[in-house]
Amino acid sequence: MSQTGTPADAPRTAVSTAPQSPAATPGGPAAAPVPTTDGRAAAHSSSGPLSDGGLVQLLTPDGERVAHPEYDRYVAHLSDEDLRQMLRDMVLVRRFDTEATALQRQGELALFAQSLGQEAAQVGSGRALRPQDHVFPSYREHGVAHVRGLELTDLLRLFRGVDHGGWDPTSHGFHLYTLVIGSHTLHATGYAMGVQRDGAVGTGDPERDTAVIAYFGDGATAQGDVSESLVFAGVNQAPLVLFCQNNQWAISEPTTRQARVPLAARAPGFGIPAVRVDGNDVLASYAVTAQALERARTGGGPTFVEAFTYRMGAHTTSDDPTRYRAAEQEALWRRRDPIDRLRTYLVARGALPDEFVASLTAEADALGEHVRTQVRAMGRPSAASMFEHVYATPHATVEAERAWFESYESSFLDRAEGSPR
Amino acid sequence: MTTTTHAPFVREPGGVSRSHGTSSADFARVLGGTTSESSEAVTLAGATPLVPAHPAEPTGTQRLTFAKALNLGLRRALADDDKVLLMGEDIGRLGGVFRVTDGLLAEFGEDRVVDTPLAESGIVGTAIGLALRGYRPVVEIQFDGFVFPAFDQITTQLAKMHYRSRGRLSLPVVIRIPYGGAIGAIEHHSESPEVLFAHTAGLRVVSPSNPAEAYAMIQQAVASPDPVIFFEPKGRYWDKADVDLDTVTLAPHGAAPTGLDRARIARPGTDVTVVAYGPTVTTALKAADAAAAEGTSLEVIDLRSVSPLDTETIAASVRRTGRCIVVHEAPVVHGTGAEVAARITEECFYHLQAPVLRVGGFHAPYPVAKIEHDYLPGLDRLLDAVQRSLAF
Ligand SMILES: Cc1ncc(C[n+]2csc(CCOP(=O)(O)OP(=O)(O)O)c2C)c(N)n1
Ligand SMILES: [Mg+2]
Repeated sequence: MSQTGTPADAPRTAVSTAPQSPAATPGGPAAAPVPTTDGRAAAHSSSGPLSDGGLVQLLTPDGERVAHPEYDRYVAHLSDEDLRQMLRDMVLVRRFDTEATALQRQGELALFAQSLGQEAAQVGSGRALRPQDHVFPSYREHGVAHVRGLELTDLLRLFRGVDHGGWDPTSHGFHLYTLVIGSHTLHATGYAMGVQRDGAVGTGDPERDTAVIAYFGDGATAQGDVSESLVFAGVNQAPLVLFCQNNQWAISEPTTRQARVPLAARAPGFGIPAVRVDGNDVLASYAVTAQALERARTGGGPTFVEAFTYRMGAHTTSDDPTRYRAAEQEALWRRRDPIDRLRTYLVARGALPDEFVASLTAEADALGEHVRTQVRAMGRPSAASMFEHVYATPHATVEAERAWFESYESSFLDRAEGSPR
Repeated sequence: MTTTTHAPFVREPGGVSRSHGTSSADFARVLGGTTSESSEAVTLAGATPLVPAHPAEPTGTQRLTFAKALNLGLRRALADDDKVLLMGEDIGRLGGVFRVTDGLLAEFGEDRVVDTPLAESGIVGTAIGLALRGYRPVVEIQFDGFVFPAFDQITTQLAKMHYRSRGRLSLPVVIRIPYGGAIGAIEHHSESPEVLFAHTAGLRVVSPSNPAEAYAMIQQAVASPDPVIFFEPKGRYWDKADVDLDTVTLAPHGAAPTGLDRARIARPGTDVTVVAYGPTVTTALKAADAAAAEGTSLEVIDLRSVSPLDTETIAASVRRTGRCIVVHEAPVVHGTGAEVAARITEECFYHLQAPVLRVGGFHAPYPVAKIEHDYLPGLDRLLDAVQRSLAF
């Protein structure tokens, strides 16, 4: 990021780590009461996993910059231009989301999982990465993919059902999406252990020292694999950032179904420092991730980051959140939109010129058009491609089945005098 | 070859798409839950409520989807035995991503319909503990591809505890797994891993093929003192059929399950025996129609149980027809078809007029949705096998 321009870290209010916002979603979903036979209360209390206590915040929901004794220094170098770029990232990713959702509705995609509402957590953390760092995403990290320079439409190859991957994981330091919840956190840990063995940690060379970051959800924290990755990362002091986006929902289950304490509170038990951050605050997300990545690169070991945010949309295009959560909760979080927050801040600073807004709008429109055309042109893989890359070297069973399949297919072509099926 | 239309929608966590045999009304209902049908209380004249707060007991013969039949089967199991409880991800308020448990939380409460943490090993491991304490847990795994975190608990613990305790402990745990493809889904949502479980002694592995079977078999599975891996063909969840809600015969708890391990003749025939289970039974019945039009009579056997195999029923059929084809979505390599072929060769060698043929998936990961119908054993591949069998 640019080191020049007006510093963006001029605080307007007193130092505060306390949240400025109202308590989050106290009652959980307002659905019909169900009978229960004992007094197990949901952990919605101020100490539970849906509390917004102790969140690092640099921008309030009203777009006001608040000072922070520990994290201001991580954003001190960011210029207004840098912040405009973050705004641009978030706006473009949201447009991508909207476009992909529309394409799914038109039958062009099998399914889509939006990042809607999580743009600040993703863009802020993603912008703190260096080119040599490596990302292990789950499946809705479109914002991170974007800042890693992926062609966004490649993400849709998976959702269209033409590819199980869709991009070269090595060329952008961005691994394939992983749909099995939590599995990839162990891969990230192992990758980070490899980085250690390569001597790419703690050399002091900013172009060599490398960190690894794994993205996963609140639901994922319940998986054994995620606990095991905390164990392995802690024991090995792996250069890893475990970045949990607590968007408050795992499909229909609120985070109170996965934990009774804030998710970040688990990490210290594994010997891993943790921080809770306001995930709708792009600056704070940037700052805490920058700190965690720096710790990793300098040999200080892993960090658990819990970005407290909200899944503003449905789980996927197949989901219907009205079955399990209240409209009031959605409305509350719409008022905490991460994009609005940064925009308000920039406007108040007089740092959002009309020309920038106009060109961003045009760029978003162009992206929308690009996504539509690219997706429609994706076509269909050949049927026989299912036998490709099952193994790296020839395998007799696969070869025999492929041969049978091809002769079977061509027998139909012959019988139908060449007309395709 | 018949034209294959590729289903443009899938379900993933959270719903179901338009696909083979799914009407757009079903689609809207599942996606949106906005039509009244999903929360519709089933009421029938003369039904007696269990307790005043409960909806009327569904009885008589009703036209139900596969999913609703399972729902009513589970409902009945819950109502009949207060030790039965359901556990899984999103099965409570949401009613499961396929709505199989729709309405059951409201009726039975959150001690009996449990939205668990997102951890399959945890779900099955705690189900084992509950069973040791006298409960009868019915676990829902959200999709076939997500059972594997629980594979350790299922194969090393659930399957073996009765044996290790020399029969002192019994583990009446049912693990429901929506499986199979043809729904246009993304990775891990279309697989058929049944033989991984059938290869493990100690587990019963079954799969119903239609709504009536689903209603009966889920209750038989719950009543079984052995662990049952219950594979539900998700591509058939929206198939409809008449279900007689009053005719399930259950053995008393502790006795051998009634009929759960028996195959059934889904359609009698004389020329070729087609062995199918789960999603491919419908395919086989369609093939039988098509073959009949050409003068070939197929006998369709609905296996129902993959472990144990009802070799007796299959062998009796093959002794009459002299020909046998096995069709399943799972890869044929080391599959159920291989086992049936071996058994039938041993039992009916001198009756066979052709080798037992297998039609199924290939030795490749389940492919992307756009080409899944090239992978799946459809009508054409099955009819091709019929021709090959008759040509011997
Ligand atoms: C092992 C496994 N079990 C179940 C699922 C089905 N599933 C897909 S997403 C999801 C919820 C994930 O919630 P969370 O980790 O909070 O991530 P989010 O979707 O909110 O980003 C579930 C249960 C899965 N993909 N993998
Ligand atoms: Mg979540």
